[in-house]
Amino acid sequence: MQQLRLTRTRRAALIGLAGVLAVSLSACAESKRDEAGGGGSGGTMVFGNTGNPKMFDPTFTDEGETYRITRQMLDTLIQNKPGTAELQPSLATKWEPSNDGKTWTFTLKQGVKFSDGTPFNADAVCYNFDRWFNMKGAAAQSQMIYYADVFGGFAKNEGSATGDPLYKNCEAKDPNTAVLNLNKAKGAFPAAFTLPALSIQSPSAMKQYQADKVSQSGDSFTYSDYAYKHVTGTGPFKFESWDQGKGEITLVRNDSSTMPSPAKLDKLIFKVIPDENARKQALKAGDIDGYDFPAPADYGLLRKDGDQVLVRPSFNVLYLGINQSGNPKLKDPRVRQALAYGINREQFVKSKLAEGSEVATEFVPKAISGYTDDVKKYPYDPEKAKQLLQQAGASNLSLKFYYPTEVTRPYMPNPADTFTAISQDLKNIGITIQPVAEPWNGGYKDDVQQFGKHDIHLLGWTGDYNDAGNFIGTFFGRPKKEFGFDNAELFDTLAQADASPAGDEHAKAYQEANKQIMDYLPAIPIAYPSPAIVVNEKVKGIVASPLTDERFNNVTTS
Amino acid sequence: MLRFIVRRVLQAIPTLLILSILVFAWLRSLPGGPAAALLGDKATPEKIADLNHVLGLDQSIFLQYFRFLGRAVTGDFGNSLVSAQPVMSEIGTFLPATIELGLSAIIIAVVVGIPFGYLAARFRGGVADNVIIVLTLVGVAVPIFFLGYTMQDLLSAPLGLPSQGRQAPGIDATAVTNFAILDGIMTSEWDAVWDAIQHLILPAFALATIPLAVITRITRASVLDVFNEDFIRTANSKGLTDSVVRQRHVLRNALLPVVTTIGLQTGALLGGAVLTERVFNFRGLGFLLAEGIERRDYPRLQALLLFGALVYVVVNMLVDISYGLIDPRVRVR
Repeated sequence: MQQLRLTRTRRAALIGLAGVLAVSLSACAESKRDEAGGGGSGGTMVFGNTGNPKMFDPTFTDEGETYRITRQMLDTLIQNKPGTAELQPSLATKWEPSNDGKTWTFTLKQGVKFSDGTPFNADAVCYNFDRWFNMKGAAAQSQMIYYADVFGGFAKNEGSATGDPLYKNCEAKDPNTAVLNLNKAKGAFPAAFTLPALSIQSPSAMKQYQADKVSQSGDSFTYSDYAYKHVTGTGPFKFESWDQGKGEITLVRNDSSTMPSPAKLDKLIFKVIPDENARKQALKAGDIDGYDFPAPADYGLLRKDGDQVLVRPSFNVLYLGINQSGNPKLKDPRVRQALAYGINREQFVKSKLAEGSEVATEFVPKAISGYTDDVKKYPYDPEKAKQLLQQAGASNLSLKFYYPTEVTRPYMPNPADTFTAISQDLKNIGITIQPVAEPWNGGYKDDVQQFGKHDIHLLGWTGDYNDAGNFIGTFFGRPKKEFGFDNAELFDTLAQADASPAGDEHAKAYQEANKQIMDYLPAIPIAYPSPAIVVNEKVKGIVASPLTDERFNNVTTS
Repeated sequence: MLRFIVRRVLQAIPTLLILSILVFAWLRSLPGGPAAALLGDKATPEKIADLNHVLGLDQSIFLQYFRFLGRAVTGDFGNSLVSAQPVMSEIGTFLPATIELGLSAIIIAVVVGIPFGYLAARFRGGVADNVIIVLTLVGVAVPIFFLGYTMQDLLSAPLGLPSQGRQAPGIDATAVTNFAILDGIMTSEWDAVWDAIQHLILPAFALATIPLAVITRITRASVLDVFNEDFIRTANSKGLTDSVVRQRHVLRNALLPVVTTIGLQTGALLGGAVLTERVFNFRGLGFLLAEGIERRDYPRLQALLLFGALVYVVVNMLVDISYGLIDPRVRVR
């Protein structure tokens, strides 16, 4: 009955619409945004998000879609300098490791308040560290990917994938000094303190809305209201609403923010538009002011329309993975070297990747501390490749080449194109390619990472923070099905680099590791692709960040 | 009639039960599971195994199914892995958009399709007939996503029509029922009504193409059949005017297969809505389903696929009932 009534309403509305349309379609199509957003001095900016955020408590997620939003509301102790991966003060004005790297002393910024009016101080910092360490329930812990990765384990581990906890305790020496004690040194610090997952949130808001309450519901988890509606930080914006039906998240200016100052915009709206073409259409129509990850093919068109395509410095690596346990011939270093010499990476980067992308010489992008130019390089040399194959008795080598479909990644805008280019190069040096295309979530990742069914494959990585261990430690720090080798010496080098104290010694340790890796060549680095962000001509004040860590506090729309 | 309805409702139960088994088994047979989806790109095989254990996904599929069924009969389909919201509340939030879009599309298809079909039959072999036949062929053959993108590229800017979403960002419309147009009318927010209508135009036409083409062709064929029936010849020979024959005899008799088609097309709309809603970022159930498939969101997919099946069963039931209303012979049986 209800539906019948609605049908009539809709029918009446549509009949009315037909008449109105005929006379005034274009006249009335003007966006309502100006009326809606022009209340204050700073105006409104609408940004196209690539996906749905899951929630806004960054503790329980590792998704860029969530971080894009929480970065505007929450601050970390240390921040990335705009446009770079270098560190700069944020909630901490100074940070000092002890000589053994086991103690970190943070001098905190004074006069900062959370947006609920409670003060930010050393107690609040320690409350956050204690909260992460003591999080209960397998559900909660299995969702704290970044904390578990960086800190190793919890007060009570409830999963086998976590180990000895790094965290010992946190002391509030005085309101402006927080001291973090660790059980052992960790190379990821201090860079890992920039991780959005380690944002400092208001203890009183977290207590009031039971932020730690995470329960299992069937095949999934339920989080508390805090995570959806009440996330409270010190940032230039604060949460206002999340309209699931419209896919819109609205933040408003936090007038009391001193981090670094209140935003210039009155309102910041994130509109979820998963389809890349739809994001482009929305920008053209003036529905949004900018969006993430424009397709490289659209750069020219967007610029022609007056939009600003801001290319980010690369913080990615695309590699050709090699599974040594797949095909026994791949155990021979000469065969792996042949693959490296046989791929025309220069040509690939020039013809298939966006501007700003570069050929990769190792598995760490240039912006990362630990990168070194002093590694063995494998320039394009098909003749040498053929010789090496012959010497290894692998002239008639045949390889199962896995590549993903239904996906684009910042490091791999078009997997099919990438596969075609690389497989053609490999065919040219006499290798027979057996292509295996699988959907990203529908078998590819499982077959490659969990079962190691492949011989060679395409994959990559986007860095989380400025530490080489986040790249090469993750790839080659332990035996993995993806690469199918067991090199105790390399694993040991990487473990030592990870435990080396921050600073020059740490960078050197990783430079050595990079050399070792490029000699051993467990896989082939292909490119450092550069993703971009696009905004219309009215938007001023965005600095493209290699870590997609763009802050909107300085943004104005004229 | 009541007995007939009760019987059909009872028949629907085993149908849905079998479908639930098929959906469950199909989803579980897909590679890549919810744990991998939950943990994201940086998941390690160890973490995936851990989470599978926590979620009970390492238990036998029978146990998992009965646990699912036990919760499902109480209306608990769990939480979406993508949005962490209860799936049933997601369906409640997104269903109005799909109903708005689906109804608009079906209305366009019926209002345009039946007259066109009749026109083609009446002037069989003529220019109008040929043009309509070609257009309907194109309508059925062109994939929705292609049509959608083409409409976005070619029509959106020149006509000043929004190409994506249900509402312009920043419009603070009051949500009462989540039916955007109805809400606007109820709260007298006419800007919001107009905005919602504009957002509906392109996706509704895109979604309407296939049912429109099918309804046109079925109407044409059916009208042609009726034209050749003896009773039309009798009516004509009795000296009835053309318009009386057309309205009383031809159209009425030709409508039966058309109504069946409308029913089936309505049931099938959810399939088309997946693509249309995805292309136009029109946030309805189709959008939810597309996102769910990409992200391997089992709880959401289970609920949505069963919901789709339920809609199909109910629509078919309504079509059967409507037969009786249009054709008295069915009622007698």
